[in-house]
Amino acid sequence: MAENFEQHSDISAADLARLNQEAQAEATPSTAKIIWNEFKADKPAMAALIIVVGFIVFVMIGALFINTPKMMETNIMDYFDKPFTAGFWLGADSGGRSVAKQLIVGSRNSIGIAIGLTVISSTFGIAWGLISGYFSGYIDWGMQRVYDFMMMLPMTMMIIVLVTIIPHYNSVSLTFIFSIFYWEGTSRLIRSRTLAETQKDYVAASKTSGTNHWKIIFKEIMPNISSLIIVDCTLSFAENIGVETGLSYLGFGLPNQTPSLGTMIANANDPSNITLYWWTWLPAALEIVVLCLSISYIGQVLRRAADASQRQGAAD
Amino acid sequence: MWKTILRRVMIMVPEVIILSILVFLLAKAMPGDPFTGSINPKADPAQIKHLMAINGLNDPWYQQYWNWVVHLFHGNLGNSYQYQEPVTRLIAGRAGNTLWLAFFSMILTYALALPMGVFAGRHEGKLPDVVIRFYTYVTYCIPFFVILVLGIWIFGYVLGWFPTTGSVSSDAQGWVQTVGSHFYHILLPGILGALFSTVNIVQYLRSEVIDAKHSDYVRTARSKGVPSKDIYRHHIFRNSLLPIAAFAGYSITGLLNGSIFTETVFSYPGMGLLFVNSISYRDYTVITALVLIFGLLNLLGTLLSDIILSIVDPRIRIE
Repeated sequence: MAENFEQHSDISAADLARLNQEAQAEATPSTAKIIWNEFKADKPAMAALIIVVGFIVFVMIGALFINTPKMMETNIMDYFDKPFTAGFWLGADSGGRSVAKQLIVGSRNSIGIAIGLTVISSTFGIAWGLISGYFSGYIDWGMQRVYDFMMMLPMTMMIIVLVTIIPHYNSVSLTFIFSIFYWEGTSRLIRSRTLAETQKDYVAASKTSGTNHWKIIFKEIMPNISSLIIVDCTLSFAENIGVETGLSYLGFGLPNQTPSLGTMIANANDPSNITLYWWTWLPAALEIVVLCLSISYIGQVLRRAADASQRQGAAD
Repeated sequence: MWKTILRRVMIMVPEVIILSILVFLLAKAMPGDPFTGSINPKADPAQIKHLMAINGLNDPWYQQYWNWVVHLFHGNLGNSYQYQEPVTRLIAGRAGNTLWLAFFSMILTYALALPMGVFAGRHEGKLPDVVIRFYTYVTYCIPFFVILVLGIWIFGYVLGWFPTTGSVSSDAQGWVQTVGSHFYHILLPGILGALFSTVNIVQYLRSEVIDAKHSDYVRTARSKGVPSKDIYRHHIFRNSLLPIAAFAGYSITGLLNGSIFTETVFSYPGMGLLFVNSISYRDYTVITALVLIFGLLNLLGTLLSDIILSIVDPRIRIE
């Protein structure tokens, strides 16, 4: 093509290369580049990103070196050891178990479940929203009624009841139980955007040229709302950390011998623990606060990156 | 108008039926049988079988479901095994506490959210707006139960300003003291609940005010010489009041669902704590009744919001 062009024009090869370079420099930067610029421009966002990624990598690797059953053994000699005594960085709990080690394994479990829950519920919610918004008519009506019904269910109660019915549950089945109830928010958001997107010309053009419905939905509409999807996944990840820990706090999440941030905060349920032995639960509570704030801040930066009028990053 | 409301209510009917079937089947799937704890463990197995037969527990599930629904309409939800008293009476005793707390939280939510939303919108981009947006960002993403635990630790235990358990103190005498003590007990959970549920209203009102600032009716009012304060108070605020009112239904639902956590943290004897306790004791007549009640309350909450919205926004009616 280029050779062909050269033969019929009076622009030299050097000029063409220069023009190409200029065009590339002025073209819209890639999504990844925009997001990266946005983080570079916003120092707190960079800090949040480093905290979250660093922390997740740290607990994932750290937990591999901890023998959980051995850690959960009761050791009465270390009953409520204070922080920085007897080799415990964060002290020990009522069973003489290291709080710091429990925190690492508990974070791994809680974050792992939150990631799993985000992946499953977002995938389902996105597919639901896309299909419902694209097809409209009776299909949309029916799917909306299912949505309404799910919204009506008292979620926390239903999850607790399901957890008591299932005899032997573990973190995987728990993730699936949570996923049944946490796809609605995503689906609603994706549906409303899909409804607007379906009215656009490129969808109409694809339809008239006979493109397969599924191809239009997943290969054309979905990439066009990908920025919305990324933002929503990040924000639901922050929310989902609260889901498992909340249930574990009430005593209906992960079983007792599996540490979770929620079960650690549940130490605060005892009136003497909450004030006298604050180190058994406060680190877990503060960790959740920091994690949720950081993740949701990252989500806001991503949202800004998706909306050209709000960007702070240099437009280079 | 009425057609929309009627259609909305008609949609509710199958939802209620499916909910009741679901709740019934969940109750059937729970471990244990309804005689656990109420009869002598040494009782003859044949006699238990006989009891199951005369209570209709060997009938097909739809027969049992029908009997259950008939009992339901007679206000008979069965007996609690843990407390040995009718479920209706047990729940009626607790419902008041939960509803008062939710009601108080909701009033406080609006009292906080309305001025904040208008204020943030009015001073868009300036310091108050930045502060309020920071506040909504913090309250939006921290899990509610963590806030409750931190709140009860700081204000209940360390500072000792608020009671940390129960709904009324035992040495309150006379109705003035009793009412005062009740109020004192819902103060901290109510304030925490309100502080952390303003996000939606504040954000909505803020963007609404920012939009209205540039609209024609505001410009007209300005050119007539209406003071800026009055424009915000009477023109803009009044215009966005009804959609805000529509949030009420959803916010009731949110507060009720949050009540499980609030009541557990504050050992506050309401329906949420009753639910958690009943789960521990496998007291499943109480559990099914509570799931059903919360489901119906959720339904009424969203119905209320949808009706208000359809009054406010004619576009919804055409759909």
